Amino acid sequence: MTPMVEITGLRKAFGSTSVLGGVDLTVDRGSVVALLGPNGAGKTTTVHVLATLLRPDAGRVLVDGLDVVRDAVAVRHRIGLTGQYAALDPLLTGAENLRLMARVAHLAPHAARARCAELLELFDLVDARDRLLRTYSGGMRRRLDLAAGLLGRPALMVLDEPTTGLDPRSRNDLWQVIRDVVADGTTVLLTTQYLDEADRLADRIAVLHHGRVIADGTAAALKRQVGEAHVELVLAGGAVERLVTDGSVGDVRRILADVEARGLAVDHWEVRAPTLDDVFLTLTGAPVATDRTLQEAS
Amino acid sequence: MTALATVPTTAQDAPWRPRLGWAVTDTVTMVRRSLRRTLREPDALFLSVALPVILLLLFVYVFGGAIETGTQYVDYVVPGIVLLCAGFGAAGTAVTVAGDMTEGIVERLRTTPVHPAAVLTGHVVAGVARNLLATSLVVGLAHLVGFRAAAGPQEWLAVAGLLVLYILAFTWIAVCLGLVASSPEAASGYAMTLQFLPYLSSAFVPTETMPRVLQVIAENQPVTPVTDTVRAWLLGWPGADPWVALAWCVGLLVVARTVAVVLFRRHGRG
Repeated sequence: MTPMVEITGLRKAFGSTSVLGGVDLTVDRGSVVALLGPNGAGKTTTVHVLATLLRPDAGRVLVDGLDVVRDAVAVRHRIGLTGQYAALDPLLTGAENLRLMARVAHLAPHAARARCAELLELFDLVDARDRLLRTYSGGMRRRLDLAAGLLGRPALMVLDEPTTGLDPRSRNDLWQVIRDVVADGTTVLLTTQYLDEADRLADRIAVLHHGRVIADGTAAALKRQVGEAHVELVLAGGAVERLVTDGSVGDVRRILADVEARGLAVDHWEVRAPTLDDVFLTLTGAPVATDRTLQEAS
Repeated sequence: MTALATVPTTAQDAPWRPRLGWAVTDTVTMVRRSLRRTLREPDALFLSVALPVILLLLFVYVFGGAIETGTQYVDYVVPGIVLLCAGFGAAGTAVTVAGDMTEGIVERLRTTPVHPAAVLTGHVVAGVARNLLATSLVVGLAHLVGFRAAAGPQEWLAVAGLLVLYILAFTWIAVCLGLVASSPEAASGYAMTLQFLPYLSSAFVPTETMPRVLQVIAENQPVTPVTDTVRAWLLGWPGADPWVALAWCVGLLVVARTVAVVLFRRHGRG
């Protein structure tokens, strides 16, 4: 069976700024792959090429075996995209927005009506269906946006930073909805800057750095490499020491006893789950680069 | 989560083919969206109607007394005001299109199989509808302030047809401006140029009163032949140039629509 997504040697530059320097990525059918990286790594550019919004400069991008440049219309019948910014019409109500997207996804009228009602129910938006979108909260907008992406029952759902800018509760709600979508068998490619998000949702994580995939494997493998958790000590002089732990009470107690035995002057300490920073520190030996030009280009 | 699978018909496993083709159904969908948006912005709708009305009163009562055209000025100026009004309406469309392009919904639509021209046609139809509403009000009001046409139903129909073509052409030009503008504010600025065209034509003053250079410009742009033709048909005055007027409108319409669709396809595609 061909993979749902097959990207080989994808390159893209805007003017003289290279954003993607040869991305290789495969997404198997029914799987969830997270593209993890900081701002400017090229996540959105990759997603836009995949969604037929941008033409690649070089390389091949196949969705369901179809070329995104040559068979763009066929690809559009197979994908649903939810962007960083809820891209719907603020002057229409929630229900009107969904009906609009159902019609342009070319659903038969009776199926469109049933599907809209079903998705409003599922995404807990029935009470808000007749309110204008501009009165929606951030979390509600994202849910409606996701619902709009699912209308055509896409074979591939592309989520571009689905929870960026959401409060923790809305984030949790959205994660649950995404898990439901995944449980239904939809193949999902999501981009994120949060390691915990990738870890919670994805089977596989590909780490994108300056337009290249620098690591690609299961969440467990990545975490084995980076460490489950750290005891982070900020010493009296301001120096930081990180000690890997499995996070259990016994292990943390042993580490702290050890620290005490060494007679270190600790200002404060905490147990921290690994973040994107830790991933990059491990993989590249440097913390996340904030390259302004790259950020703007993406 | 079995709920997702309860409706069996999907885009992939049972492709739905409408009788008239997707281009037509997509266009109907987008026209309905744009009309609905127009009704949701009553202030914008009110302004697009109120400004031409204010201009009519301004020209008839404030400037009219000082301008000598050899006729009743109200008769002279009403066709010009109607065309000025079309320019205002078109500016609204430029702003709406630019807003759409920057808000992200167009990006979303472009990842769907929607017919590319449908999105723009939706805006154009709503814009023309707004414009015709304003135009009818201006014509109605013109009668209240003393405009007297000597035209029968046939002439009125011909004038209406020509105006629809003129408004369509300028609305498509406005769509192009909205597509090249980087923001709704910029689009509004570009569209100002459309609103200035009538001032450099026979719409408000006879072109013979202008300096030679301006006279050449005024006599070789679309507003003059259209104004002269409308005036001739409504008032029975000489100077009708129906074929030139028609050629301008149809020519601009075809060029602007073609350019708009190309611009829309290319938008954002690096």
